[in-house]
Amino acid sequence: MARTIIPFGPQHPVLPEPLHVKLVVEDEIVQEAIPALGYVHRGLEKLAEIRDYHQMIQVVERVCGICSNIHSMCYCQGIEEIMGIEVPRRAEYLRTIWSELHRMHSHLLWLGLFADAFGFEALFMQFWRIRERIMDINEATTGSRVITSVNVVGGVRQDLTPEMCSWILSEVDTAVKEIKEIQNTILSDYTVCARTKGVGVLTKEQAYDFGAAGPTLRGSGVASDMRLLKYAAFDKIDFEPIVEPDGDCYARSTVRFRETLQSADLVKQAIAGLPQGDIAAPCKGNPEGEIITRVEQPRGECLYYIKGSGKKFLDRVRIRTPTFANIPPLLAMLPNCELADVPVIILSIDPCISCTER
Amino acid sequence: MLNMTPTVLKNLLSKSSTRMYPIEKREPFERYRGELFNNIDECIFCKKCQMKCPSQCITVTKDKDSGTGTWICDPFACIYCSICVDHCPTGSLYMKPVHRAPSAERDMMEQTGKIKPPKKKAKAKK
Ligand code: SF4
Ligand code: SF4
Repeated sequence: MARTIIPFGPQHPVLPEPLHVKLVVEDEIVQEAIPALGYVHRGLEKLAEIRDYHQMIQVVERVCGICSNIHSMCYCQGIEEIMGIEVPRRAEYLRTIWSELHRMHSHLLWLGLFADAFGFEALFMQFWRIRERIMDINEATTGSRVITSVNVVGGVRQDLTPEMCSWILSEVDTAVKEIKEIQNTILSDYTVCARTKGVGVLTKEQAYDFGAAGPTLRGSGVASDMRLLKYAAFDKIDFEPIVEPDGDCYARSTVRFRETLQSADLVKQAIAGLPQGDIAAPCKGNPEGEIITRVEQPRGECLYYIKGSGKKFLDRVRIRTPTFANIPPLLAMLPNCELADVPVIILSIDPCISCTER
Repeated sequence: MLNMTPTVLKNLLSKSSTRMYPIEKREPFERYRGELFNNIDECIFCKKCQMKCPSQCITVTKDKDSGTGTWICDPFACIYCSICVDHCPTGSLYMKPVHRAPSAERDMMEQTGKIKPPKKKAKAKK
């Protein structure tokens, strides 16, 4: 049969963001996938020229609409390391708590969207309802649901009161209970397994060669997680990366599902170990030097390259986001799959296009 | 589908998790950054907020002749980060935990106040 090219996106019901993939299809089987990016490029890196290094925190927070807190945390870590600022322990723990809460709500959002991609609307609603608890925690503790604006160079701007801590613990516990109630549906339901098992397989070698990141990489059996670098408070917290060996969509969704529960546990550990003390160290002068910092985002490794030359404005901020790294692996997953499986496979890397294009 | 049945039954019997929004409103959280206000009588027009604002949406001007100062904020460019509130030396800026009502026109928040003489001079005059 003749080959046909079917465009997927930039507007597509399963994707909230504009990703365009040209699918070369033969007999409903995808032969090749050609991506096209650049629909939402905003030039945030260039803004470093007209926003000083404090104002850039608010800019980098807007790189991603889901994991904003982790972006600013990574950026602040970089600046702090260049300027030799010692961040108070309490601030590091608070950063950890907020970053893990962000991971939880990001994964819950994804689990819902994933359920939506294979047509399970009720499950989607269920996950998003649980997510609302985490959003409420964010709103009550930081002042905003997603763009928290809590990180500053040297620490954080908001503190947690003991009442807030116990409220967070009880909310997280309830969320965990609710997540476990639907565990069987997402992990062992017949229809869900039929749509995800053996679909979009990425072998361990492929994942490594194409430079996959985050749950896409761990779903293929590689135990790589930037939290092992022990940034923030991860040096004092029990943490073991979650790995699934199969490399299919099911493995990737299992990794994310288990990570949601793990993040809840990390939040609890961080609250239990929360030390007393200051929440921010003073920051004087301007950054001079260059640095690379990495953190683990919900979607994988995020890398910041920052270069300053003793001026208020930074010379360069380069951001490498996890979805960008996950697009080559995605192109390796798509060939030989059925056209109907394409939305599920594309969603299985948890694409965040605003991150990718910055 | 059987796995989902208990959850579905539970949802049927429990109350709705959404609210009839405009009629029924939730109490805002205390820390929620809703809307920015300036208590102009306390403002000394020092321009700190203008310098620190990441979205550069505040303009502070002083008119020496008439002895007045103007504080202008573009609420549609403001990202409600409350950085300006943190840096305001007099505490004249503050945030309310209710979000702005939708508006059909792009209007600026413009406030004019008297420039206060610096404290030292005021004391000297006495
Ligand atoms: S920082 Fe405060 S006192 Fe200074 S100009 Fe702004 S609002 Fe007025
Ligand atoms: S809240 Fe943020 S964006 Fe709005 S005026 Fe203040 S500093 Fe500027």
